[in-house]
Amino acid sequence: MAGIELTELSTVYPNGVRAVDSLDLSVRDGEFFALLGPSGCGKTTLLRTIAGLEQATSGTVSIGDADVTRAEPGRRRVAMVFQDYALFPHMTVAQNIAYPLRVRHASRAAQREAAARTSAGLGLAGLLERRPAQLSGGQQQRVALARAIAMEADVLLLDEPLSNLDARLRLEARTFLKRLQRDLGLTTVFVTHDQAEALALADRIAVMSQGRIRQLGSPKEVFQRPGDTFVANFIGSTPMNLLSGTVSGGLVEVAGARLKPPPGVSLADGAAVTAGIRPEYLHVSAAADGITGTVSIVENLGVTSLVTVECPGEALVGVTVPEGEEPSVGSTITAAPDPGRLLLYDGETDELVGEAKVAES
Amino acid sequence: MTSHEPRDRQPQPRVSTRVNSGKAVLRRTGYVAFMAAVLAFFAVPMLWLASAPFDSDPGLGLHWPDWTLSNWTATFEHPYALGSLVNSVVLCVVATAVTTVLATLAAYALSRVRIPGRDALLYLLLLLSSVVTGTAAMVPIFVMMFQLGLINSQYATGLVLAGGILPAAIFILKDFIDSVPRSYEESARVFGASPAQVLLHVVLPVARPGIATILVWAFVQAWGNFLLPFLLLRDIDAQPAAVLLNTMKDEGGSANLTVIPVFSLLYAVPVVVLYLFVSKRYGFRFHGGIKA
Repeated sequence: MAGIELTELSTVYPNGVRAVDSLDLSVRDGEFFALLGPSGCGKTTLLRTIAGLEQATSGTVSIGDADVTRAEPGRRRVAMVFQDYALFPHMTVAQNIAYPLRVRHASRAAQREAAARTSAGLGLAGLLERRPAQLSGGQQQRVALARAIAMEADVLLLDEPLSNLDARLRLEARTFLKRLQRDLGLTTVFVTHDQAEALALADRIAVMSQGRIRQLGSPKEVFQRPGDTFVANFIGSTPMNLLSGTVSGGLVEVAGARLKPPPGVSLADGAAVTAGIRPEYLHVSAAADGITGTVSIVENLGVTSLVTVECPGEALVGVTVPEGEEPSVGSTITAAPDPGRLLLYDGETDELVGEAKVAES
Repeated sequence: MTSHEPRDRQPQPRVSTRVNSGKAVLRRTGYVAFMAAVLAFFAVPMLWLASAPFDSDPGLGLHWPDWTLSNWTATFEHPYALGSLVNSVVLCVVATAVTTVLATLAAYALSRVRIPGRDALLYLLLLLSSVVTGTAAMVPIFVMMFQLGLINSQYATGLVLAGGILPAAIFILKDFIDSVPRSYEESARVFGASPAQVLLHVVLPVARPGIATILVWAFVQAWGNFLLPFLLLRDIDAQPAAVLLNTMKDEGGSANLTVIPVFSLLYAVPVVVLYLFVSKRYGFRFHGGIKA
C-alpha cells in the first residue's frame, strides 16, 4: 500500500510534444483516483510515466517513500491493466494470471495457487484452462484485472478500463470495479475520457488538458463548481450553459435577464463575466427573475427532456424539464436558476469567481 | 384433385430453368475442362516424379511404369548420392538456423527501436542481398573463402547462404513483428519481466507463426540453391544434392535416368516433410488476445 507523489513532472516526446507539463499531484494511499480529459490531453502519458513505460523528462515520481523516477517498470511495484488488456494469447487464463509470479520464478504450485485464488474472487474459476480468444470482452477484462491483482503491487493503474466493453456491460463492470477497489483498498489510478465514468467511480478526479491539471477535486466539487470554463464544458452529460454577460448595479446581465450573483461574490460594475449554469439546475417558473426566451428544440432524454431556449442576444440556453412538463415548441418560457447554482467565471481568465470547494455532506 | 394442378403446371417453369441450366452446365463444363488442362500441365512433372523411379526403363516421357525397384538399388549404390543428401541437410540446417535466429533478433530490434534511417537501411540490405548470393559477387566470395581456407566447408557455405537469405528474412519478419501490439511486451515489463524474459515468454511465442514461415522459407531457399555450393564446395564428397544432380551423367554426357528420378524424389521429400511438420506443430495461425 502506498500513495503516489508527482513533483514538477514533465514528459516530453522526441518530437517535442510536452504531453505532461510540470505537473504536481499527490494520490493518497488507498484512493480511487481518476485522470479525466479529452483525447490528447496527456492523461495516458501521465499514467505510463507513473508505470515507467515512458521516461520522465524532468521532475520526480515517488511511490510510497521510494523515488522511482528512473526505476524500471518492473521495480516500481505497480500493476497495470492496458486498454486492450494485452492478455498473452498463447497462454491459458491460469498462465496469464500467474505470469507475475512466473517472472519472479515462483514455484509451479505457488503459481497455480495464486491463479486459483485470484480467479475465484473475480468469478473466473471455471475458465482457467481457456485461452483469451475464447473469452468474452467482460471476461477478458476480469482476467486482466486478476493478473494485475496477482502481482500484489502497491499501486494499480488502469488505462481506459471500460472503453472496450459494450454499453450495458460497461455499467455492470463499473459497479464491479468500484466494489473490487473498495474491497482491495488498493491505491488505484485510472484514465478515462468519459466524465460519467470518472464521476461514478473516483474518490477524486483530476481534470487534465494540455498536459496540466485544470481542476483537482471530489466528483461533487468538479461537477457542482467547475474551476474554469474548460472543466465546466467538459463535465456533465448535457453541456453546461456558458453565457457571456456584464455586471451592472450588482446584478449580472446575461441573455436579456438580470440575475442575482451568488452570495459572497461582489463584482465591479461593467466587468465582463461568463455565467455558468447546468440545464439540470434551471427550472421553468412563472416568476420574473429568470432567463426568458422562445422554445426552439425539445430533446427527449427519457425521464427528462432537454429544452433549448432561444434568448435575446442569440444566446441558446438548455433547460432540463421533468417528464410530462415539456413546453411546446415556439412557446415563450422563463427559466430561473436554482438557488446557489449560478456560477460566475471571470470574462478574461475564464476562472471561477469565488471558492471551488464544496462542503462535503 | 387439387394435387394434380401443380403437377400440370410444373413443366412450364421447367423449360426456362432448363435453358438456364443448359447454359450453366456448358459454362461449368468449359471451366472444368480448362482447369483440368491447366492442372494436367502442372501434374505431368509430378506424375513423372511419382512413376519414373519405379520404371524399369525411365525416359523423359510419361507412361505407365513397368514396376521395378532396381532404380532404387542403383541409386543407393551410387557412391555420392546418399552422402550428398546428408551434405544438403548439414548445409541447410546451418543456413536455416543462422537465418532464423539472427533474423528474429534483428527484426525484433528493428521493429521496436527507433533508429534514424531504419527503412532506408532495410531496403539497402534487401537490395544488397541479391548481390551477395547473386552472380555479381561470385568471384569476390570465392576469393575470400579461398583465402580463408573455407572452400569445401559445409558450415562456411551455410554461413554465406544465410548471409544472402537474411535481409529478406529480416524484412518479412520485421513486418510481422510490427503487427504484434507492443502492449504485450509493456504488460510483461510492468510485471517485472527482464528483457530476456519478455523475449522468451512473450515475443517469441506470439511471433511464432512468422518465425515458422521464415524457417521453412529459409530452408527451401538453401535447399534449392545451386550456384553458391557449386562454387564453394569443389570436392564431390562435400557437394549437396542440388549440385550432385548436375553431375549425374553417363560417359556420353546425357542424363543418367536410372539414378535421377529416385534421387529427385528423395531430394523433394525433406522440404515437404518440413513444411507439413512446421505447419502442424507451430501452425501458421494466430490466437488473438487483444481486444480491438
